[in-house]
Amino acid sequence: MTQTVAGRPESSRETEGPAARRVQEDPRWKPVAATLRRQGHRPDALIEGMHAAQQAFGWLDPAVLRALAEALDVPLAKVFGVATFYHLFTTRPLGTHGCIVCLGTACHLKGGPEILAALTRAHPVEPGQTSPGAEMTLTVARCIGACTLAPLVVLDGEIAGPVTVEEVLERVERWFGPASGETTR
Amino acid sequence: MTPEELRSRAERRRLEESRFSERLRVCTATSCASLGSGALFDALSAEIHRRGTGDRCELKRVGCLGLCAAGPLVMAEQGTGSTHTESLLREVRPEQAASLLDGFRDGFPAEQSVPLDLPFFRKQRRIVSEACGRIDPDRIDDAVAAGAYRALLEALHERTPADVLAEIDRSGLRGRGGAGYPTGLKWHTVAKAEASQKFVVCNADEGDPGAYMDRSVLESDPHRVLEGMALAAYAVGASEGFVYVRAEYLLAIERLRQAIGQANQIGLLGSAVGGTAFHFHVEVRLGAGAYVCGEETALLASIEGGRGTPRPRPPYPAAAGLFGAPTLINNVETLANVPAIVARGGDWFASIGTEKSKGTKIFALAGKVAHTGVIEVPMGTTLHEIVFELGGGIPDGARCKAVQTGGPSGGCIPARFFETPVDYENLAGLGSIMGSGGLIVMDEQTCMVDIARFFMAFCRDESCGKCVPCRVGTVELHQLLDTIANGRAGTRDMELLEEFCDLVRHTSLCGLGQSAPNPVLSTLRHFPEEYRAHLRGQCPAGVCFPASPAEEPPR
Ligand SMILES: Cc1cc2nc3c(=O)[nH]c(=O)nc-3n(C[C@H](O)[C@H](O)[C@H](O)COP(=O)(O)O)c2cc1C
Ligand code: FES
Repeated sequence: MTQTVAGRPESSRETEGPAARRVQEDPRWKPVAATLRRQGHRPDALIEGMHAAQQAFGWLDPAVLRALAEALDVPLAKVFGVATFYHLFTTRPLGTHGCIVCLGTACHLKGGPEILAALTRAHPVEPGQTSPGAEMTLTVARCIGACTLAPLVVLDGEIAGPVTVEEVLERVERWFGPASGETTR
Repeated sequence: MTPEELRSRAERRRLEESRFSERLRVCTATSCASLGSGALFDALSAEIHRRGTGDRCELKRVGCLGLCAAGPLVMAEQGTGSTHTESLLREVRPEQAASLLDGFRDGFPAEQSVPLDLPFFRKQRRIVSEACGRIDPDRIDDAVAAGAYRALLEALHERTPADVLAEIDRSGLRGRGGAGYPTGLKWHTVAKAEASQKFVVCNADEGDPGAYMDRSVLESDPHRVLEGMALAAYAVGASEGFVYVRAEYLLAIERLRQAIGQANQIGLLGSAVGGTAFHFHVEVRLGAGAYVCGEETALLASIEGGRGTPRPRPPYPAAAGLFGAPTLINNVETLANVPAIVARGGDWFASIGTEKSKGTKIFALAGKVAHTGVIEVPMGTTLHEIVFELGGGIPDGARCKAVQTGGPSGGCIPARFFETPVDYENLAGLGSIMGSGGLIVMDEQTCMVDIARFFMAFCRDESCGKCVPCRVGTVELHQLLDTIANGRAGTRDMELLEEFCDLVRHTSLCGLGQSAPNPVLSTLRHFPEEYRAHLRGQCPAGVCFPASPAEEPPR
């Protein structure tokens, strides 16, 4: 896979073909191809295709974006524009685990900011980033639509709420293995 | 499928259900599912199997039962007609499966029973959410038995598109997506547009923090929304539809897709609907986490596969929308009102509500209130009734300070105005908006400057960056609010705050920027003393000045 800085395409166009083709030959591309086919390879299939690709590959590698551009015959610039516009698309690899802290209105009132502060104090990770050892990607959300459970977090795709700071720290601690929290900051 | 065939299908399903003397409905919508209703369902299923009482006791997955905070919720029903009883049970654990089933014989534990005569239930008037929590959203026959698609087939067979339009006109229905634009007027514009291709788009982006009504409807009764879309398509002459859903709403997406598939299969959507010449193909399109995509022109750009940035109107989508074709865009709740209006008549609908706001409104109650959950009340219900009667008041005896409606486009309404009947005009008069229906209750521990800063941070993060006033203005406004909240501001900053609000409001391209100052303006108007206190270095709610700077949460 191409080793470019996240979100920045390689400038040389020569590599475009081979990189894209390599992705298209990857078995993980299959569900993506099926999604694009279902929509007749029309340019408006781009976002659906990106969802499928992110699901299959875990993140939107520049080579994957090239493959999408090629398959839909959409300019690469547009594909990068779309990938970087939407919050849910990530052009960086994610950690093994994911923690989303809700900072919507209800969660803001009921302690979401304290949970986030405690997490960033305990672990070497900032919102929107992945910890150096790739144990966890920490993200914030502005309401995920389950406000009755405020304050809540989403741990590896599962909503947990209402939660206390201690509960979240304890759950996340396991991802880092014992005693990693103490060594940071 | 003819209306008669639909009727007999409904009859068959009702008969099938009436054979059960005991019925359990387990909520499997997002909130209860997160609290473990999936495991509960499995435990109940296993226990019924073990007892061999499957022919007597029906176990069914349903959507939202309303009182989300008390989940997992189970509705236990017994008997029919005059002997029919219902008991709502709260916080049911899987290990209680056996004792729950015994409850049909021995009575249900009082401490787990939610009295159904609570104002939370009594004061509701359910039109849109009529079948929520009653039907299995994964079984189209269940929806059909509850009356789904009857209005559609009757309209297709017996009424003209103009007839359907006239019914919507008479109903006085207004858009539930926030702005309250008259639905009939919008439909007329699209109907009049001359084009070979038209679209109906359902806006299910629901991005306002604190709002989850649309999600609840989609998870509980997706067919009602689809039927509303089909009726809209018939009335305006469209043959294709899209539902644009937030990608975060996994369950809603799954149920919607399933519902479309099932309706296509038995000819209630797709080609030759109900055996007539009317075609209506519906597709689901996912958002990707951009709040601005709830704005209609940005939403269309997103469906077309691009960056979701808005464009100036006119032309309105009704004239030039998706792929340039005339497009009708309505909110989930707006469309979900349509089947009932067509079935029961616009006059019936117009008899509910206030002079200028007809029908009901669904609110998502959240924040510092005892009964958080989804409620549907007639327009004109007062905020006091909503917060203190339906909502059960503020927990821990705290005092209510304000409610926030309309999310980042709305404002905070202080408790002294709670006798106001809720409708579009009244809320606007108080400096807020009806919005899509998120209603967040705030107590004395909520700082209004902090709330204003919170919403401005939201708008700053969600600004798409296309127009300068919104992109730059929200950053400036946020910094000003931060300075005020941290007690470092002077009177000149307060003047600047008002000037910037005015500028951003009047010069932004789309509704996001135009309404971004609202939370600031409404708190300035109703809580000026709190801003003044911050200038003196005091936060009356005790939120803004943490004991030591090291404790300050990052923003
Ligand atoms: C920034 C912004 C966000 C919006 N978000 C939504 C939304 O999440 N859901 C919605 O139905 N309407 C939303 N709207 C309103 C839509 O632009 C549009 O007016 C609405 O979908 C029309 O449907 P209605 O007439 O049925 O209300 C938003 C508007 C703006 C400016
Ligand atoms: S505010 Fe956190 S889920 Fe709505």
